[in-house]
Amino acid sequence: MKFKLHALAAATTLAMTPVSQAADVEVLHWWTSGGEAASVQFLKQQLEGKNVGWTDFAVAGGGGESAMTVLKSRAISGNPPTAAQIKGPSIQEWGELGFLASIDDVANAADWDNLLPSVVSDVMKYNGEYVAAPVNVHRVNWLWANPAVFQKAGATIPTTWDDFMLQAQKLKDAGFVALAHGGQAWQDATVFEAVVLGVGGADYYQKAFVEGDMAALNSDTTVEVFETFGKLRQYIDANSPGRDWNVATSMVINGEAGMQIMGDWAKGEFKVAGKNVGTDYVCVAAPGTSGSFTFNVDSFAFFTQSDDAKSAAQGVMADAILSTEFQEVFNLNKGSIPARLSMDRAEFDSCAHDSMDAFIASSQTGGLVPSFAHGMAVSEAVAGAIYDTATNFFNSSDSAEQGAKQLVAAIAAAQ
Amino acid sequence: MFKYLATHLPKVVLAPTAIVMLVCMYGFIGWTAGLSFTKSRMLPQWEFVGLTQYEKLFSNPRWMVALDNLLIFTLLFIFISLVLGLLLAIFLDRKVRGEGVIRTIYLYPMAISFVVTGTAWKWILNPGLGLEKLAHDLGFSNFEFRWLVDQDMAIYTIVIAAVWQSSGFVMAMFLAGLRGVDDNLVKAAQVDGASVIQTYWHIILPLMKPVFFGAVVVLAHIAIKSFDLVQALTGGGPGYASDLPANFMYTFAFSRAQMGLGAASAMVMLGGVLAILVPYLYSELRSKKS
Repeated sequence: MKFKLHALAAATTLAMTPVSQAADVEVLHWWTSGGEAASVQFLKQQLEGKNVGWTDFAVAGGGGESAMTVLKSRAISGNPPTAAQIKGPSIQEWGELGFLASIDDVANAADWDNLLPSVVSDVMKYNGEYVAAPVNVHRVNWLWANPAVFQKAGATIPTTWDDFMLQAQKLKDAGFVALAHGGQAWQDATVFEAVVLGVGGADYYQKAFVEGDMAALNSDTTVEVFETFGKLRQYIDANSPGRDWNVATSMVINGEAGMQIMGDWAKGEFKVAGKNVGTDYVCVAAPGTSGSFTFNVDSFAFFTQSDDAKSAAQGVMADAILSTEFQEVFNLNKGSIPARLSMDRAEFDSCAHDSMDAFIASSQTGGLVPSFAHGMAVSEAVAGAIYDTATNFFNSSDSAEQGAKQLVAAIAAAQ
Repeated sequence: MFKYLATHLPKVVLAPTAIVMLVCMYGFIGWTAGLSFTKSRMLPQWEFVGLTQYEKLFSNPRWMVALDNLLIFTLLFIFISLVLGLLLAIFLDRKVRGEGVIRTIYLYPMAISFVVTGTAWKWILNPGLGLEKLAHDLGFSNFEFRWLVDQDMAIYTIVIAAVWQSSGFVMAMFLAGLRGVDDNLVKAAQVDGASVIQTYWHIILPLMKPVFFGAVVVLAHIAIKSFDLVQALTGGGPGYASDLPANFMYTFAFSRAQMGLGAASAMVMLGGVLAILVPYLYSELRSKKS
């Protein structure tokens, strides 16, 4: 009897599986934690609703480093996944190697050129054709602060770097850690990026750190940037080397530290801790960068397939990624804002609203710049060179002049 | 037929191993050497650029730090492990009670992977969690031990952890060597009125020469290929102050999309290993012949 039941169950499952499965998409990604995993699940369900199966190919760890290693070996062996989480200039590198498939048909049909801001759509194109679909826009230049700590120390939340040093000193004198920071290369680079933008301004940022212009890099502004960056050394605590970013965020949450400079993914930590924006924590643009926006856009790039059914499935997936439902659910989970413009924003919180406003405003003034600390602005080699100099400088007692000199040399060598 | 098999069977049996060795060791060494002369970035690209990658490598400050670190780490690690291992072995060889238990305790760290060692020492040495906090909690508020977060001292924390891991193994090697020393020699020395220290220094230690050699070769190659310990203990930090060449190679070849540069650094590391191994093999082979 038991056996019969099993057989019956199996038969029912078989009958329920749709016969006309179009094709499966195999998606390489590294969104395995909490809200991110939930977002991926949502995309999977959406695709399954359109008869496209989903083979999950998640490689966790290292901010995608391990996933990229797997992707390279799969691509070399001639068996790339249908889509992979690749972003920024890496899309161009994969395009140059001839791996990426055009999804222009879908993109033109849905008029992506008008749905996406041009800075985002430029990144998604290789040779003028769409090869990737954006899922979100992170703003990196945020300052997260705990107002209760500021009140106790009699300090105010700073809006310029000069003011930052004054207020940080007050926090420090009152016995708080002024700046919660994790001494990992990418976090050092994230803070460095905020300093570059705040001290140098968007034009300098664009010239020196996106275009790699030697005249801009050799200017006095670079030295000023390193001077400000160097001053921050005294406002972090001695235990910071090696600390993870979310541990640093929790120092702000529990009132041990006053501020943290981190992208908008930090919001998730505050939310999970049950904190309310405005009262328990505040988000403001990093000092001196209120009119600017360093963006970090996650995207899925599509790999050339030999099978037509799979190419069709890619189209369905690209379409689903740009759908308003997915963009909303994904970004609510992740703390970022939709890549797609003019969506209903009622569900989003005030930090996201600020981010959306700044995104649109800065795209008109030229303050919208790609984040080099998060692989959006320059090749991995140049980004690596900036990482090395920033993290080495921040952990040493080198002078600003030395830092600037090392930076110029490292970028020149990596270009 | 049987005779044919009898003469050729050993070759047939060894052939697969030999082929795998040829392809997977020497073949890939050749492949990496080839890559190091190309401009390969994210994936291999066979466009040769001569020695450019090596020039880039040696003008990269991070590589120079990694090389300095390797020198500091290798010398200190080998020296301290040898001295500690030898002392432990000598003490254990003095017929102490519970030798078996003590030996196991000293040998245990060897059974732990470097990742675990690194993580444990990361917590022990972290000023906010480990030793420093313990001393502060016990009332020694002036106690300061911050090597882990100090750019100039971080490499020495790696030496500490590696020595902790490996000195037990060196002890075992020496212990085996000491057990092989002829008792009559020691007794003869005692009859001649040599003190214990003199006996060890003039009679037993010279007999340990092959053990020293073996230990140095094993420790040196552990040192050169050290990767996981650094990754777990300091992550190369603060900054890149505690990077070793293996970490540099991994970073540049796999996460920085500079495969050519990574391959060049791998070749320099291979050169380092050969510099230690070739004299050793040479002396081994020569002594067998004579």
